[in-house]
Amino acid sequence: MPNHAVMPSAAPRAPAGSFLSIRGLSKSFGPFQALKSIDLEIGEGEFVCFLGSSGCGKTTLLRAIAGLDRQTSGTIMLRGLDVSNAPPSARDFGIVFQSYALFPNLTVAANVGYGLVNQRKPRVAIDARVKELLALVGLPDQAMKYPAQLSGGQQQRVALARALATSPGLLLLDEPLSALDARVRLRLREEIRALQRRLGVTTIMVTHDQEEALSMAERIVVMNHGVIEQVGTPEEVYARPKTAFVADFVGRMTFLPGVIESETLVRLGDQRLRVAETPGFATGELVALGLRPEAVRLVDGAGENRLAMRITALEYLGSFVRATLSSDGAAPLTLLADLPFNVMQDRAYIPGQAVMAELPAGALRVFPSRTGA
Amino acid sequence: MSVEAAPRHRDREALVATALLLGLALVLVLLIAVPLWSLLSKSVQNSNGQFVGLANFSRYIATPSLVASLWNSIWVSSLVALIVVPLAFLYAYALTRSRMPGRGLFMAVAMTPLFAPSLLSAISLIYIFGNQGFLKSWLFGASIYGPVGIVIAEAVYCFPHALLILVTALRLADGRLYEVAEALGTAKSRVFFTVTLPGARYGLVSAVFVVFTLVITDFGIPKVIGGQFNVLATDAYKQIVGQQNFEMGAVVGLILLMPAILAFAVDRQVQKRQVALLSARAVPYEPKANAKRDLALLAFCLVIGGVLIGMLGMAIWASFIRYWPYNLSLTLNNYDFANFDPQGWGAYLTSLQMAALTAIFGTALVFMGAYLVEKTRPQPLLRGFVHFLAMLPMAVPGLVLGLGYVFFVNAKWNPLGIFYGTLVVLVANTVAHFYTVAHITAVTQLKQIDSEFESVSASLKVPFWVTFRRVTLPISLPAVTDIAVYLFVNALTTVSAVIFLYGPSTKLASIAIVHMDEMGAVAAAAAMATCIVFTAMAVKLLHLALDRLVFARFQAWRKR
Repeated sequence: MPNHAVMPSAAPRAPAGSFLSIRGLSKSFGPFQALKSIDLEIGEGEFVCFLGSSGCGKTTLLRAIAGLDRQTSGTIMLRGLDVSNAPPSARDFGIVFQSYALFPNLTVAANVGYGLVNQRKPRVAIDARVKELLALVGLPDQAMKYPAQLSGGQQQRVALARALATSPGLLLLDEPLSALDARVRLRLREEIRALQRRLGVTTIMVTHDQEEALSMAERIVVMNHGVIEQVGTPEEVYARPKTAFVADFVGRMTFLPGVIESETLVRLGDQRLRVAETPGFATGELVALGLRPEAVRLVDGAGENRLAMRITALEYLGSFVRATLSSDGAAPLTLLADLPFNVMQDRAYIPGQAVMAELPAGALRVFPSRTGA
Repeated sequence: MSVEAAPRHRDREALVATALLLGLALVLVLLIAVPLWSLLSKSVQNSNGQFVGLANFSRYIATPSLVASLWNSIWVSSLVALIVVPLAFLYAYALTRSRMPGRGLFMAVAMTPLFAPSLLSAISLIYIFGNQGFLKSWLFGASIYGPVGIVIAEAVYCFPHALLILVTALRLADGRLYEVAEALGTAKSRVFFTVTLPGARYGLVSAVFVVFTLVITDFGIPKVIGGQFNVLATDAYKQIVGQQNFEMGAVVGLILLMPAILAFAVDRQVQKRQVALLSARAVPYEPKANAKRDLALLAFCLVIGGVLIGMLGMAIWASFIRYWPYNLSLTLNNYDFANFDPQGWGAYLTSLQMAALTAIFGTALVFMGAYLVEKTRPQPLLRGFVHFLAMLPMAVPGLVLGLGYVFFVNAKWNPLGIFYGTLVVLVANTVAHFYTVAHITAVTQLKQIDSEFESVSASLKVPFWVTFRRVTLPISLPAVTDIAVYLFVNALTTVSAVIFLYGPSTKLASIAIVHMDEMGAVAAAAAMATCIVFTAMAVKLLHLALDRLVFARFQAWRKR
């Protein structure tokens, strides 16, 4: 069998045909529904992230795809074959866990070659393949060490090499970077992404870190309480979140209660704000207006979409300062505004200062009211 | 899109795991559940095997001598618990809460009774306070043969068991509680009663029940030093072996099961709470130097340790004496067992054989069983059932299990009856008797191993049995040898379970001790007990050496 997984993919990647197709997948643990009728299509060669907080079902979904935990109902098709009831060993995937799960009593080489030995390949072929893989993950001279002698980042690379050794069609990564410290995490992010591009292997990564998902994924699947909230490219998910949950989970967003006045006008107390669109909302409906902190601008003078507010708190966050703004009055509005470092230097804002905040119409997004009233 | 069903992969691994689990469940049912069931059913049958309801029980209550034994057992066991637990608590306190010198040595000394058959201390007592004893006058005319001897000997035998529980309980202390108490200016005595004692109260309860159960079900000591003083365990022996009254033996067995089950239930509750007592953020307690306290505790430990060593040393010394107490010159004559017992050294060799077989087969069964329960996925119900069976022997005293085996193996319908009196039954019974502790050791070890190893193997299309052989077993080697040594030492020293099961060609050393003592050859009995003690200790020392020297080389991967 040729080592096609290691060869750089010369041909352009296949368009998102259905490599992996999930239909109506549900999983219950007793009365608790971990997955509620999930539908998802993943194309060949795609890098997809399952993003959500702990307990949202992302790992359950990954383990169901792997066959490690069987779904309660629904089907999983891999390359057009129904594998819903196939054992893990009959599915074609490699997996990397947060804990690395390296075999501590075996050398790095033996770990990487673990799946190859079982394929009854000749010793020489296995050795060559192991060498190739270790070079691929940047550990060519660590073959004879034991896992405990490696750093966390190195161990995760060995786990990656082991998962790729049998040239699987699907690579599953279960929070692979969460146990690493921040600097190593950043470097490995890039390495994994580059490796995946080179090999063209379809990859699913589970993560709770939105920054990780935004920087690595071609498509992000945002999950919450066992359902998919949104599937889209990082740009789509960030700039056009479909739900308030997605908006607040991917990046920060503050929400202001409002009432629809017209197709492009929302009333907040005695103020009116122009918005780009109010898709599907009726006039008079209660809504939540969402705004990312970095979209707020502090300006001089009144005007359209400008609110008079007061700085109530300033939080120093390194490259920028996050200001909490409140309006005066009986029902004060509160929102967050990120002020770049250079703006802070020029203007020297202080808590208690009165400011004029501009809320650009293009950045305001309308969501159903959270109170539901 | 045309949907093509994947070729129906037969899940070979799941099939193998299920088959192995079924086999294991069958073995454990045979080893543990069926003998217990035999005991239960025998107690409600007459000698012809007909169901008679509770007739046997009413006959039991109507027999004054049997009821007297029940009462004797209860008060003797309670008394031993009342004596041993406070002493063991103070000893454990010295080991964990002081900076007394030689704490490791005192711990080792306190463990010595575990390496001897329970009746060794009874033999020593006979030498010290018996009819020919050099301290007989200390008893002011009372006889050591009876409750006095039983209580003292049982106290020695139970001491390490109580100590282990209490040391564990006292080690689980949050140092910050003591710092807070001190910062608030609390008196030392008040700290003891408001922090130390409540912290260890679950351990204390557990220790009381364990000691009570050990004493009430122990057979060796009352047999050797009980004289005319009857207890439940000796009753069971007399009913079965003496009078062939199996039904009454079964009733006595069931009565013996009660305190053990109670102790088991209490222990489960206690363990649940003990864990909750110590939060993950607790700081271990570091005792401060306190010369006066440490000196007092040292004196106490010297006394207790001295008694324990003395009990052991007395029997060993006596085994080399020509003719107690008239000729104290040393000799090896007492080790010429052929003069005292037709089996001669054969009994010792049989014991070694039995212990080795128990260690080999028991360890293999326990570890593979624990692996199947802990690491495979299919059949959760079956795995739960196997785990339950594995925990069951903890609640069953050896004597009761032995009775169950007698009824099971001798049942007319049972084709396994051909094994009665053979090593097969002795090994099976001993494995079952000590199964739980070995199982817990194995499960604890397996829980420490990353649960994703099997997932990774599945993804690499490597079946779980390959991963078991290449990874899990090598990693677990220290725990595996722990289990083997535990089974070996206990198989060597056990009396109560096997006393009903040995045959003419399979008499064990521990049973030979009972017989030689019965015939009045106490010195030979002491000699045989000495052989067992030295063998058990040698195996333990060998284990420690092996752990240090040999395994260290195989376990290079543990080093960073």
